[in-house]
Amino acid sequence: MSWFKRHKEGITTSTKEKKETPEGLWSKCTKCKTLFTADDLAKNSYVCDRCSHHERIGSEEYFNILFDGGKFTELDAKLTSGDPLKFTDTKDYVSRVKATQKSTGLVDAIRTAKGKVDGLDLVVAAMDFSFIGGSLGSVMGEKIARAIDEAIKIKAPFMIISKSGGARMMEAGFSLMQMAKVSGKLGQLAEHKLPYISFLTDPTTGGVTASFAMLGDLNIAEPEALIAFAGPRVVKETIGRDLPEGFQRSEFVLEHGFLDYIVDRTELKETLAKSLKFFKN
Amino acid sequence: MSVYLDFEEPLKALEEQIEQTKEIGASTEVDMTDKINELESLLSEKTKEIFTGLTPWQRVQLSRHPDRPYSLAYINAITDGNFQEYHGDRSVKDDKAMIGGFGSIDGQTVMFIGQQKGINTKMRQYRNFGMPNPEGYRKALRLMKLAEKFDKPIVTFIDTPGAFPGLEAEERGQGEAIARNIYEMMRLKVPVICIIIGEGASGGALGIGVGDKVVMLENTWYSVISPESCSSILWRSWDFKEIAADALKLTSTDMKKNGLVDEVIKEPINGAHRSQEEMFEIVKNSIKEYLTELSPQKADKRINDRIEKFSNMGVWK
Repeated sequence: MSWFKRHKEGITTSTKEKKETPEGLWSKCTKCKTLFTADDLAKNSYVCDRCSHHERIGSEEYFNILFDGGKFTELDAKLTSGDPLKFTDTKDYVSRVKATQKSTGLVDAIRTAKGKVDGLDLVVAAMDFSFIGGSLGSVMGEKIARAIDEAIKIKAPFMIISKSGGARMMEAGFSLMQMAKVSGKLGQLAEHKLPYISFLTDPTTGGVTASFAMLGDLNIAEPEALIAFAGPRVVKETIGRDLPEGFQRSEFVLEHGFLDYIVDRTELKETLAKSLKFFKN
Repeated sequence: MSVYLDFEEPLKALEEQIEQTKEIGASTEVDMTDKINELESLLSEKTKEIFTGLTPWQRVQLSRHPDRPYSLAYINAITDGNFQEYHGDRSVKDDKAMIGGFGSIDGQTVMFIGQQKGINTKMRQYRNFGMPNPEGYRKALRLMKLAEKFDKPIVTFIDTPGAFPGLEAEERGQGEAIARNIYEMMRLKVPVICIIIGEGASGGALGIGVGDKVVMLENTWYSVISPESCSSILWRSWDFKEIAADALKLTSTDMKKNGLVDEVIKEPINGAHRSQEEMFEIVKNSIKEYLTELSPQKADKRINDRIEKFSNMGVWK
């Protein structure tokens, strides 16, 4: 028996009275639904002031958070996808890429840049989940490879910010081989004794986890990020029972020994700079 | 009893007819030689017809044919039984889906590693359907490092529907285990030959699939995802597996054409599953050929060439 009884069924506020928030000015935390002005949220590195929820952000936001004064030089900005397999599912691959480029304003699922973090040189590759799920295809592989070459050239540490559902199916075999390609390049970076920081953010799964995201000299992550090889749905289907609370989240992955530390995005820059200084000095 | 796939059915009928004719010949003492010869040439024509016009999906089916030889069968045949299996990752346990050990090919010691499927229901479970856990990949890496230390070449047999997507696998770092293998294999000083003998599913395959020679047997597949899973994700239904198999360009011919594998090893005309001994011989000869080619190289060059090869994979504008 309930304590309170609802007298009127449903929502009674008329559509006319409904308060719409103008787009762009306000932003609602996707977890606790607290309202923030877009400016306040950006100032707090897109982390909710109230519940510490980290909103998913893209390469542009990460570059602005990390690089001194938001200044950086983008590398290979124009590199775009080919269609080696003439792949067509419900839509052909070329149209899918074009449509996504139009809707996101991005060229592919990763951007690479060099700049300074607390005065230290750093080459960063940051993924955009909004571009076909941050999927790993030829462009991502090649851009990371070239960014590593750049890091070797300017003798700078290298960082990948992963945010990806995994391999890009529409590039099939080509996509798979990017895992090997990037891993090979990371070996060359290591030969030059340059540190590689792998920063795992929500979500990092599939082929990205099964290659370069897990290969950092330091593997670091944002709080509560999903980090998995097989996604939770697949694991649940395999074992046929519910998954434990917090399964495959950063804190779980840290406890099982695969992360060096978890860092709040609001403290990312200073924490990263601290690590980079240990390698340097 | 051998198993016939639906498109192999005409062969079954002919084979049965030949058997019956032989029996009649034996029991009635009527000379059936002509009839038998006729049927046998018909069988060979039909075999040729079926196996030269295989669709990608039919090749996927063949790669999973229950009569197809698995890793240990190849190893035992190639080494003439001169093989010793080594167990365990020295950390968690021994993964039965991944096997490995030293063996000898005509006097040359080789480290063999492979995913292993089971030959009957009980063994399939024991081998976890050829789906390794992280400890399987770590065992493989331990053995590869052992080979490197004693300057022995490595041959891997790839045959997996994927790395196991279980709860413990995730806890023990399936992603990290595969990643580490890819990274380390890229830098192994000794020759590495990887042969896809059945299914080459994604990261689970690549976890023992980085080498100087990556080759596919004719009726195998290698891609980033199985056609069934691809169908379920992109078409949101399991019914598009044939189309997905087509689209993924996962056959040996397509993978070679796209420069993603080095070579295709031809199978006997009726497939590895019907002419096992012949297949073993072909694979053995190929391995010997590759070893002759790769062994004289200097380690530095070998590693650079390996990295270079994978670095050139990809299409962009």
